[in-house]
Amino acid sequence: MVVDLPFLMAAVIAVAVLLYVSLDGFDLGIGILFPFARSNADRDTMMGAIAPYWDGNETWLVMGGGGLLAAFPVAYAILMPAFYLPVMLMLLSLILRGVAFEFRLHGRVKGKRLWTAAFFTGSLLATVSQGLILGGFIQGVTVKGESFGGGPLDWATPYSLLTAAGLVAGYVLLGAGWLMIKTTDDLHGDARRWAKIAAAAVAGLLAVVSLATLVVHPEVAARWGYLGRHIALAKLAPLLPIPLLGAVGLGLVFWGLGRGSHSLPFAGGLVVFLSGYLGLAASFFPFIVPYHIDFRAAANEHGALALVFGGVVALLPFILGYTAFVFWLFRGKVVDDGHPY
Amino acid sequence: MHLDAIILSRLQFAFTIAFHIIFPSFTIGLASFLAVLEGAWLITKREAFKTLYLFWLKIFAISFGMGVVTGVVMSYEFGTNWSVFSRAAAPVIGPMLAFEVLTAFFLESSFLGVMLLGWKRVGPSLHFTATCLVAIGTLTSAFWIISANSWMQAPAGYAIRAGRFVTVDWLAAIFSPSFPARLAHMVLAAYLVTALVVGAASAFTLLKTPRQAESKVALRMAIGMFAIVAPLQLIVGDYSGHQVGANQPSKLAAIEAFWDTRSGQSFHIVAWPDRGIAGNRWDVSIPRLGSLITKGDANATVQGLKSFAPSDRPPVAIVFWAFRIMVGLGLAMIALGLWGAWLWRRGGPERSRLFLRATVAMGPAGFIAVIAGWTVAEVGRQPWVIWHLMRTASAASPVLPHEVGVSLTAFLIVYATIFTGGALYILRLMAEGPVKIANASPPGDRAPGSALGASPPEP
Repeated sequence: MVVDLPFLMAAVIAVAVLLYVSLDGFDLGIGILFPFARSNADRDTMMGAIAPYWDGNETWLVMGGGGLLAAFPVAYAILMPAFYLPVMLMLLSLILRGVAFEFRLHGRVKGKRLWTAAFFTGSLLATVSQGLILGGFIQGVTVKGESFGGGPLDWATPYSLLTAAGLVAGYVLLGAGWLMIKTTDDLHGDARRWAKIAAAAVAGLLAVVSLATLVVHPEVAARWGYLGRHIALAKLAPLLPIPLLGAVGLGLVFWGLGRGSHSLPFAGGLVVFLSGYLGLAASFFPFIVPYHIDFRAAANEHGALALVFGGVVALLPFILGYTAFVFWLFRGKVVDDGHPY
Repeated sequence: MHLDAIILSRLQFAFTIAFHIIFPSFTIGLASFLAVLEGAWLITKREAFKTLYLFWLKIFAISFGMGVVTGVVMSYEFGTNWSVFSRAAAPVIGPMLAFEVLTAFFLESSFLGVMLLGWKRVGPSLHFTATCLVAIGTLTSAFWIISANSWMQAPAGYAIRAGRFVTVDWLAAIFSPSFPARLAHMVLAAYLVTALVVGAASAFTLLKTPRQAESKVALRMAIGMFAIVAPLQLIVGDYSGHQVGANQPSKLAAIEAFWDTRSGQSFHIVAWPDRGIAGNRWDVSIPRLGSLITKGDANATVQGLKSFAPSDRPPVAIVFWAFRIMVGLGLAMIALGLWGAWLWRRGGPERSRLFLRATVAMGPAGFIAVIAGWTVAEVGRQPWVIWHLMRTASAASPVLPHEVGVSLTAFLIVYATIFTGGALYILRLMAEGPVKIANASPPGDRAPGSALGASPPEP
């Protein structure tokens, strides 16, 4: 039996990144919503809704980065220098928001205010930098041989600003959806309103980003059957389920909001992210550095891939198991009074 | 121009990794200490252990969070600043880092939530299990990162095919020659760091409140650690030094500021090594002791720096002095341990205010020794990033000096801010002492270290 290790590892990295976006997405989104909360007590509850999970969620980012290094070092060595500044902005922002979880508990008046601001700013800038990286990745990077050959600000275009705005809206949708699951009363009502606004923004931005992608990226446009003035239905038709899935996700969000469901808006948000992710896969597979290097050419030595994949097969079931256990353990609404047991 | 980016990248990496190592070297030991405290509480049911657990858990939460966020930086900096190194070394280093994520990071981060916030949601034995899993996770993480770093110091188990490293023997690569001694040295160092901090905080409380029972218990636990681990560390460190002599003779020569290759090398207690004149401007030395310490034989021949091309010599003065800071502090730790043990036998270490003051003063010594020790290891490895296989100068990413300058400045500002915050909050907790802090949040009401305490009841 032939085991296609590069393909399997590409699938592992893809799943890790999707899990990262879905999981850290909701806790970054809650950070972005911080200034809109009515009171500090509400902000405490918002933080309490993610406190047991944020560290585990962020570990998927380390898995994505470390996994890329371990499995596709050529891509890692091209993409990291290409996105040097946004990657640094993301790391620094994640630091500021990450320490805020503990620091906010210990700060007094001014300190608390400082770390509340840091939590919001860090969450927002981390999301924006991820959106800029996403936009830069879709546009493509300049490659010379097997290294990055472009300039430090190649990623900074109107298109990447648009993807950054889209990602902010998307994470806010996930964050508001998560808050609806975890909160009650006024905060729940606020979260519902935030989810409604975010869902409308996501619907608009997703459409604009999709169309803009077809304009800025002829190769992607061709894959989706858009060839200048004429549309090749034979190419578009097999891909249509992907945007339809996105529409179904948005439908779930609005339907859930309408009938007062606590969990459907979050689930719908996840479906929207899944459709966006599948859209990217359809646009770029098998390229790991878009339209320059495919995942096979970027792959590590066979022995290294085999070892890492063996580790993933042996350990990932446990990781998913105890991650699920933690989510199950802290299920239910967050309350502040602490004793109805 | 390109050289500037390399120097800035080196400064940035040195700064971010030295800042990062502060936290793991504290939390590795603290996680084990917490597991011991919780286990002791479950077995003996003595409230003092629970009070101490809840107190140190709060300090752990702050430090661990800072370690996590500054650690994420490291996994990306390999690519942003050292892409040529990453690309070449990925067949060996990549899997080690991936295994660190798979075996340690997920375990720590998931069960940290249970440890900090799950007090009311799980029973005592499951909570204790979570504490132990976090402690095991921190040690596992040390295993992989020391393995990766040791391979860079003394590579083994590899072949070079078409300009790339290929691992031909995984066990040889993971357990490379310097790895066992360096892992033991780092884990003992982490335990010492924690013992010194626990000792200092307890001594500080006892100076204010001499009868405080919890702090007496913690002080004795800390003294036990200094008295046993500090001398053990001397032995392990000496063994690790012999490994350096075997694997990296130019590093050993820099550590001891040996310039000429000869038998019966003098031991330089202090010196001013100068690469410009390829010698020491002055030194205070003991004849023949240098050969005795490094080779176990006063007449042994030890290689000097002049036997390496000038372009292959590490910065000598930094390595020489960093080593002396580390060893000097280590000897001070041994003295503190012996003094404490002697006072303990004589009726109680808390009765000597001088000892308590000395213990407070030694609180930060472990951190300084760890950073000094890593400086010896990493600066002493220069000019190589992978020993005799890849030079640091040819390992950097194709990024511009402006980019690295911007990020380095941003790191300085952000790290100074979070260091101030973290140090302030930890010192404030220590100043209040275990009893007040633990009682401020009894676990029946709020889980320790949580935003909201016990959080949600079942619907």
